[in-house]
Amino acid sequence: MAVDTKKCVGCGDCVVACQTENNVPFGYARDWIVEIATGRYPDTIKVHFESRRCHHCDDAPCVRVCPTGASHIVEGGIVLVTHEECIGCGACIEACPYEARYFHPDGYVDKCTFCVHRVSNGQDPACVSVCPTYCLIFGDLDDPESPISKVLKERDYYTLAPDAGTKPQLYFLK
Amino acid sequence: MKEITRRDFIKLSSAGLVGAAIASPVLNFVPGFLKQDYTPPLESELTKTPTVCDVCFWKCAGWVWKDKKGNIVKVTGNHLDPHSNGHLCPRGTGGLGYYYDPDRLKKPLIRVGKPGSQKFKEATWDEAFDYIVEKMKDIESKYGRESMALFLHGTTGPHFEYLWEAWGSQTYAEPAIAQCLVTREVGFIATYGQGLSSPEPTDTRNTKCLVLIGNHIGENMHNGHVQEMSAAIDRGATIITVDPRFSTAAAHSTYWLPIKPGTDIALLLAWMHVLIYEDLYDKDYVQKYTYGFDLLKQHVKNFTPEWAAKITTLDAGMIRKTAREMAKAAPSVLIHPGRHTAWYGDDTQRERAMAILVALLGSWGRRGGYYFSEKVELPKYPHPPFPEPRWSWKTITKDKFKYAISGVTNVLVDHSLPEYDGPYKIKGWFLVATNPLQSLPQQEKTIRALQNQELVVVVDILPTEITGYADVILPEASYLERYDFIRNSRHRQPNLALRMPAVDPKGDSKPGWWIARELGIRLGLEKYYPWKTIEEVLDWQLRQVGTSLEEMKQVGVKYFDRKTPLYLPEGIDWPFNTNTGKIELYSTDLAAMGYDPMPVYKKHDDPPAGYYRLIYGRVPMHTFGRTVNNPYLNELRSENHLWVNPTVAKILGLENGQEVWLENQDGKVSTFPVKVRITERIRPDSVFLPHGFGNKSKLLHRAYGRGALDTELISKVNVDPITGSTGMRVNFVKILTTNPHNS
Amino acid sequence: MKEYLIVSGRDIHLLYPHYKVWGFGIPLYLFIGGLAAGLLIFSTYFYLRGKTDKMRASVFVSSIVVPIIIILGLAFLILDLHHKPYFWQLLTHIRFQSPMSWGAWTLTIVTFLSILWPLTFIDEMIEYFRERNRQKWLSVFQWIRDLLYEKAQWLGKIVDFFKKYRKPFAIITMAFSIVLGIYTGILLSTMNARPLWNTPILGLLFLTSGLSTAAALNMWISDDHEEKHLFSKIDIYLVAIEMYLIFQMFFNMVQGPEIQVRTAQLFFGGEFTAIFWVLFVGLGLVLPWLLEILDMMKFKVPYAVPAFLILYGGLVFRVIMVIAGEVSAFLPVPTILH
Repeated sequence: MAVDTKKCVGCGDCVVACQTENNVPFGYARDWIVEIATGRYPDTIKVHFESRRCHHCDDAPCVRVCPTGASHIVEGGIVLVTHEECIGCGACIEACPYEARYFHPDGYVDKCTFCVHRVSNGQDPACVSVCPTYCLIFGDLDDPESPISKVLKERDYYTLAPDAGTKPQLYFLK
Repeated sequence: MKEITRRDFIKLSSAGLVGAAIASPVLNFVPGFLKQDYTPPLESELTKTPTVCDVCFWKCAGWVWKDKKGNIVKVTGNHLDPHSNGHLCPRGTGGLGYYYDPDRLKKPLIRVGKPGSQKFKEATWDEAFDYIVEKMKDIESKYGRESMALFLHGTTGPHFEYLWEAWGSQTYAEPAIAQCLVTREVGFIATYGQGLSSPEPTDTRNTKCLVLIGNHIGENMHNGHVQEMSAAIDRGATIITVDPRFSTAAAHSTYWLPIKPGTDIALLLAWMHVLIYEDLYDKDYVQKYTYGFDLLKQHVKNFTPEWAAKITTLDAGMIRKTAREMAKAAPSVLIHPGRHTAWYGDDTQRERAMAILVALLGSWGRRGGYYFSEKVELPKYPHPPFPEPRWSWKTITKDKFKYAISGVTNVLVDHSLPEYDGPYKIKGWFLVATNPLQSLPQQEKTIRALQNQELVVVVDILPTEITGYADVILPEASYLERYDFIRNSRHRQPNLALRMPAVDPKGDSKPGWWIARELGIRLGLEKYYPWKTIEEVLDWQLRQVGTSLEEMKQVGVKYFDRKTPLYLPEGIDWPFNTNTGKIELYSTDLAAMGYDPMPVYKKHDDPPAGYYRLIYGRVPMHTFGRTVNNPYLNELRSENHLWVNPTVAKILGLENGQEVWLENQDGKVSTFPVKVRITERIRPDSVFLPHGFGNKSKLLHRAYGRGALDTELISKVNVDPITGSTGMRVNFVKILTTNPHNS
Repeated sequence: MKEYLIVSGRDIHLLYPHYKVWGFGIPLYLFIGGLAAGLLIFSTYFYLRGKTDKMRASVFVSSIVVPIIIILGLAFLILDLHHKPYFWQLLTHIRFQSPMSWGAWTLTIVTFLSILWPLTFIDEMIEYFRERNRQKWLSVFQWIRDLLYEKAQWLGKIVDFFKKYRKPFAIITMAFSIVLGIYTGILLSTMNARPLWNTPILGLLFLTSGLSTAAALNMWISDDHEEKHLFSKIDIYLVAIEMYLIFQMFFNMVQGPEIQVRTAQLFFGGEFTAIFWVLFVGLGLVLPWLLEILDMMKFKVPYAVPAFLILYGGLVFRVIMVIAGEVSAFLPVPTILH
């Protein structure tokens, strides 16, 4: 998934849409908005917003450290958690550099699933479907014709904590 | 990016599989009672009904999704809808919070304690109506029907406007007019002979240069504006933001002009000067369609960028540069009109200046500028003629504010005060979906006016602060539980949208149309209500234009053909609805009424030493003050923060997150403290506070006491002489670090 | 200015401003793992060297402690889980990339080994306690022997089997104990998201620390002066190695990438400076080390003092490493604007 920071206004629509789509309990959110502001009034101020969620890393440390395999990666690259195999040890939370995971009140570990139920039905994740600035781009990175492959070829981008060695799949377009 | 409908996703990611589990799940049997796999329902498993969102004023059409048990699961946009294009904003997405909010009003209430005490007893609808009717008849006999005033907002308003006109009173007003956009409407009416209404006919998605004067799109979350601005960014449009604060819009702009508050007219006049004297304006357009160019040229002769630079604290070179950018993009340049424009009291003239610039650039009626919107000619359900009231809002407004186009709330308040001694007294207030204690400035006046009324009725969904002053509270059902009039909005293509109830009203709440009808019948106005349910009205109206209620229930939104051109047609004379038939750069109406026919810059007061100008605005996840209690939206933002420049923070010794109180130039103090956010994004002479927080109603459990309410500190207003609108950004506050209520 | 704000109110339990996911349960569990591993390593080592008669405390008496603390540790571990009804899934899966997984299996195996190992010495233990006239302990072990050889003789048969093949049994136990000792460090070092933990030295460091705590406990329990003295000497070497490894760890960190340098600053001027250098290195390493050196130089030193300090140091070390590790992160700490 890519987030176009030239357009994101940090409205939180992606957060609410995810909560209603995935029945996330109150007090929890699978995605969140970070505002980064630097500079000095009036000449050098720069502000941008990042809509963050699980990065569904290709080399996901959370999958590696899970003792039961509850945290696993499915075809297509989406990282999921099987609730009934999760013992709630918290290793995956510690392993994630992106603060993406949390303990669901029911005890298992929860996080963004890229709305796998929607994606396998041909739809976009809820956050992508609702964003009013159209700054979220989702698709198959192995398909060179998909919108996301194209936009990563055309635009400069950065990823978070690239030194952590996780090969994250959430890209922030500059 | 638009949705991807189908993709072949089933391929292994080439960057390597990580960790297949080695031991098999042979032993991995999970007994039934431990099963915990909750897969969210697909849309194919849900039922949907069409709705029109009522959280803000943009009125996006959408779908309400319900599961098999009939619970609302989510609300999404209707892809046919030109307001939302299938994408609702965060308030719309969180709209189901209105339905689920446990703090909602559930039964009619009649006051038993003192006004403001929030002490009520539950009543039946009959009892409530009887009380109201008795009091209204009493007011009628003592003062006349015109003395019942109606304050309204939103889609419930029209039901009561109809009732009022049937009753024989045109004493009504919307805060959304005099406290918000009337100055913009009149600024454009005086120039082009027509207003902009909502949604504005701004062709943002096709523009090459977007100019925002204070308009904080991105924090102001009107869906269409945000979506189209995003489309403009995609097209590489130049964006010029003029704002004393580094807003989100400024963050996405090519140029940010950090203008000194109150000096926008000087900047606009300087831009006019550059366009005219550097020969950058659209000569053909001006020659063909406008009146008064020579007068304007003479008027702006001395308003050079250097002159404006001193006043606005901007760089003269930048003023020139931005004017040239606009000219380069013309006619696909959009000077966005803004919406809430009631700032300093000279706002109609500022909007006039913006309208003049639009004409100089030739962008009115052109692609990338302003298009001509059109709506469906939807006939009104026939009714007997309304009685003529002896006096109305016009009588008490148009003498002072000659260009007022509808009722002015502050004028109604003035006529409700005990010290008003004239013939046009207001003795009863009926409030529908509006909380004047937050929306009107000069709170103390509003409260005295309320206390001087013989009847105060509030129709609302939540127990907002105004309900504490009511004699009768009538619980309205939320937009998810009711029908309302068909949405017939002006747009690029005429379209209609239907709101129908997705679920039954909660508790004893009722739709607004039902409340108005019941009240009307009891007031003896049966002849104006020959229909029993509003579905009859809607179906009749829809059949007049070739569709039906049944069809609308299936599609939600339906398009109709245009009958008029979208842009100015080439080669024809196009008459404008003005005195001269042309676009009036020199306004003959304003001249005749005794106002400046062309905008003039007047200096405004600066904050005294130790005080800072209070600038208010929005956050994108909330609408006015009406969403702060919404459980979903409250999670995103539960309180506001005061933006303070680091130099100010250093002087006062403030830390990030510290709680402070505000006191304004008249000694008004904020009830609740607010946390400080120290940021370079605000000028050192001003502070910024998002509007709508600091709720004083204890019955709004999530919203009560969180943050500070800016309205409390707006005790001074600069009234715009042309429209009566109240300019509210003229208050200065000092920051108190200790609790002033403790002594 | 550098504002780094979460503007959508994500005040999630246990995540902000730093992870507090592995608060106290995990450090305690790691300490127990290290101590148990160390005790068993010493026990099996000295048994294999034939010192059973001369170093009775370290060969079999201290190994009584091991199953008790391991079971306590496992109990803490399960209680610390957030999804307790599913704890058994740990033992129906094994994943070799996950130290949590093979570590839990190792610990389970070691539990059984550590119950059987002291049971093979039941006679020697009874002799030991009879000599010292410790009635309570004596009656407990007599009861156990009774259980094994009179009441539930099938249990006794199992114990006898292992007694017969005690040598290979000891080797296996030592092997698993080494794995256990290293595991407590690898569990942390495998987390590449936490810069403080992401150093390969941690496995060796924790093993050394575990051995040191075991040596300290043996030093304390034993009443044989030579044995105490021997462990005091062993501990001097172990603590010296530990101090060297800590130095090496910080050296690697300040030579490493910028994130590692910033993490190291937590201990050189940052919030953990005093806690680490005074409460751990000072009280838990240097002071007992000096006391042991004094002992070696033939001064009279009450062994309980350095022993207690080393044990305390082992626990404090793990607590600091876990909490500081949760503080160290790649991404800056956001302020939540809610």
